[in-house]
Amino acid sequence: MQYQEYTQSENNFEECTKCTICTAYCPVMQVNPLYPGPKQAGPDGERLRLRDPNFFDEALKYCLNCKRCEVVCPSEVRVADIIQSARIKYESNPPKVRDYLLSHTDTMGKLARPFAPVVNFATRQPLTKATMDFTLGIDKHRTFPSYSPHGFEGWLKRRRKEQAAFPEQVAYYHGCYVNYNYPKLGKDLVKVLNAMGIGVQLLEDEKCCGIALISNQFIKAATKNAQFNVEQLSKAVEKGLKVITTSSTCTLTMQEEYPNLLGVDNSAVRDSLLMATRFIYEKLEQGATLPFRPDFHKRVAYHTPCHMQRLGWGVFSQRLLQRIPGIEFTPLEQSCCGISGTYGFKKENYASSQAIGEPLFEQIRSVNPDVVACDCETCKWQIEMSTGYKVENPISILAEAISDKE
Amino acid sequence: MRYDTVIVGGGLAGLTAGISLQKAGKSTAIVSTGQNALYFFSGCFDSIQEPTPEIKSLFSEAGIRVHYTPGVRLMPMGTFKESALALEDVSLFPTPQFGKKVLIINFMAYHDFFSSFLAQGLEKQGMECRIRFLNLGDLAQPELGPNQMRAVQIARKLDDVWEKVVQEVRVLLKDEDTVVLPQVFGLNDASIPERIRQGIPARVVFAGTLPPSVPGIRTQMLLKKRYEVLGGTYLLGDRVTGAHVYEDVVQNVVTKQLDRHYLEADHFILASGSFFSKGLSSNPFKIYEPLFELDMDYDPDRNTWYDPTFANHQPYLGFGVKTDAQLRPSRGGVPVKNLYVIGSILGETHPELGSGAGLAIRSALKAAQLITGQP
Repeated sequence: MQYQEYTQSENNFEECTKCTICTAYCPVMQVNPLYPGPKQAGPDGERLRLRDPNFFDEALKYCLNCKRCEVVCPSEVRVADIIQSARIKYESNPPKVRDYLLSHTDTMGKLARPFAPVVNFATRQPLTKATMDFTLGIDKHRTFPSYSPHGFEGWLKRRRKEQAAFPEQVAYYHGCYVNYNYPKLGKDLVKVLNAMGIGVQLLEDEKCCGIALISNQFIKAATKNAQFNVEQLSKAVEKGLKVITTSSTCTLTMQEEYPNLLGVDNSAVRDSLLMATRFIYEKLEQGATLPFRPDFHKRVAYHTPCHMQRLGWGVFSQRLLQRIPGIEFTPLEQSCCGISGTYGFKKENYASSQAIGEPLFEQIRSVNPDVVACDCETCKWQIEMSTGYKVENPISILAEAISDKE
Repeated sequence: MRYDTVIVGGGLAGLTAGISLQKAGKSTAIVSTGQNALYFFSGCFDSIQEPTPEIKSLFSEAGIRVHYTPGVRLMPMGTFKESALALEDVSLFPTPQFGKKVLIINFMAYHDFFSSFLAQGLEKQGMECRIRFLNLGDLAQPELGPNQMRAVQIARKLDDVWEKVVQEVRVLLKDEDTVVLPQVFGLNDASIPERIRQGIPARVVFAGTLPPSVPGIRTQMLLKKRYEVLGGTYLLGDRVTGAHVYEDVVQNVVTKQLDRHYLEADHFILASGSFFSKGLSSNPFKIYEPLFELDMDYDPDRNTWYDPTFANHQPYLGFGVKTDAQLRPSRGGVPVKNLYVIGSILGETHPELGSGAGLAIRSALKAAQLITGQP
């Protein structure tokens, strides 16, 4: 191995053998002629950019950062990292107001929540949508996720004592979505873990994982969030706690993007940060049990979010769902839903976004399940908007399948 | 996680073994680091002579259309090569002189199909050739950008508009008895090549393009789908980084993404490919199998590894893992009891002869038989 120490670059672009497999899997390349594709934007372009930064191509902004190129690369080139790093290093166009609004999920959540009913009503009005489309470039077809008037953090804080009574403890990184938009998912997780005799704690504090900041070029803010979160995670890990998550994208960001894109060292917490489905699956494998309802029946189709696929942990969600008595399980063939966080909200990406997702939507329509299971909130919005099928996190399906507390 | 068999490598060999084992009622998982050699597949299984009933059903149950017609096939540069078993896309002829007049169809701005080389090659065989370019922009909207003129992007478009190509060819066709088309049809529908043949009143020959190979990707997708329908677990984008072996029995393998969550099994199959897939590695001093450090069959004298003339047979491609007749490898001379080695990591494949696919399938079926104990 010592030979490679001297021949391998930091982001291993020279490992690319030009085999073109990534170009067959890039979802953007199939629909957007302006995007040069992962091979050219990534390792090929990197070689040129190292010689002269003028070779940087603005079209790299079309990259979804879905990381499918990395998953299929036989040479394990970190193609998406190369592209995103190049954007961080060379992109000169300042982000727009719209990009600020879309990416600062923490700030927006804090501002919007006290007025949740008003904000939710307003963002659903055709006139507001048309105005945002025209003035900000947020596509009018999109509906903002509703803000929940009561946050998850407050809910769990009120139950601190009750949770502390459980013999085993975990910490939960809930992320913006669970706190501001969909506390039900966090409550479902608490229900499932409590049923296994495990109490749930909040981290001392947490900020948005920062993925939207990274994709919208707010790198300083993203790095600050990363450092803050790693510090908070470390405190929990030092207490011997595992930190559980329910969003595949937040998890991938904290696991991979922190060290690879932002240069934030997460080695102290990396092994203790687990998706809930993996944590629960491993517990069940070690002999833990759940009080499954005998009368539960549901036809579930599972969609592997691109970032879950990159984590390589989709198998845990799948096997966990398959363990639920009364579930008719259909795995969907992995395919990108097209939204990729804030990408699909932007007017210029709306058409691409829907075209990318169409093969997945078609699969879902033909399976016609009761519910689509998936570990990502933005996939949920996209699939619900585009197909009309209900989408739930596997944890919520699990919570529904077990009996309520006596 | 525990399975009956864990397979390292998800190419033709790994998938064939996985399908056979799932069919026999075994639970399996395949760990695949990215995609594999099927993306460069010519469409021919050259080292398979008569396909056995088992091989026939492997293909037909996966929806892969093959035909067995011993003869020669047309290569991308206009030469010919012996072949017998091939995907339905690939035409096989008794002799290279398959026609008198040939119409070669290419697409404008498509750089991965060498129509003029093909014409030269066919003219050497005494055939008269005419090349015509179709404008994909006239056939498909929205048009493809310059970066998208690759086999897969073209194929996606053509899945919708292939009938227009047939119409165009019918108009262009004069007195030619044969039409040569690039192999970019039927990415998601294996029946399209045959329907094109029926629609054109001349012999239709599909010729290979530069990678990625459209028939190869289709074959990979169909095999993977078949494997998953049978209940197999395909872990794409993960890599086996280590293994625990106690008393000559593999206990489990460790993967990059699952880290401390080991994959346990009764049997393991190593189908990790040759040098390209990093199933084999080399440094200036040795050639080795990096995962289990299995005993190798090769000449340690580095000067014998390669032939300086690139196009000649390269001896290093013949090097591989040493096994007994039961495909079992050894470490330091001691056999590993529950590990089977299949596919191109065995060595002795000659890419210039196209023998990899045959070796992959036959060794995979053999390993599955040994594991299930069925003849």
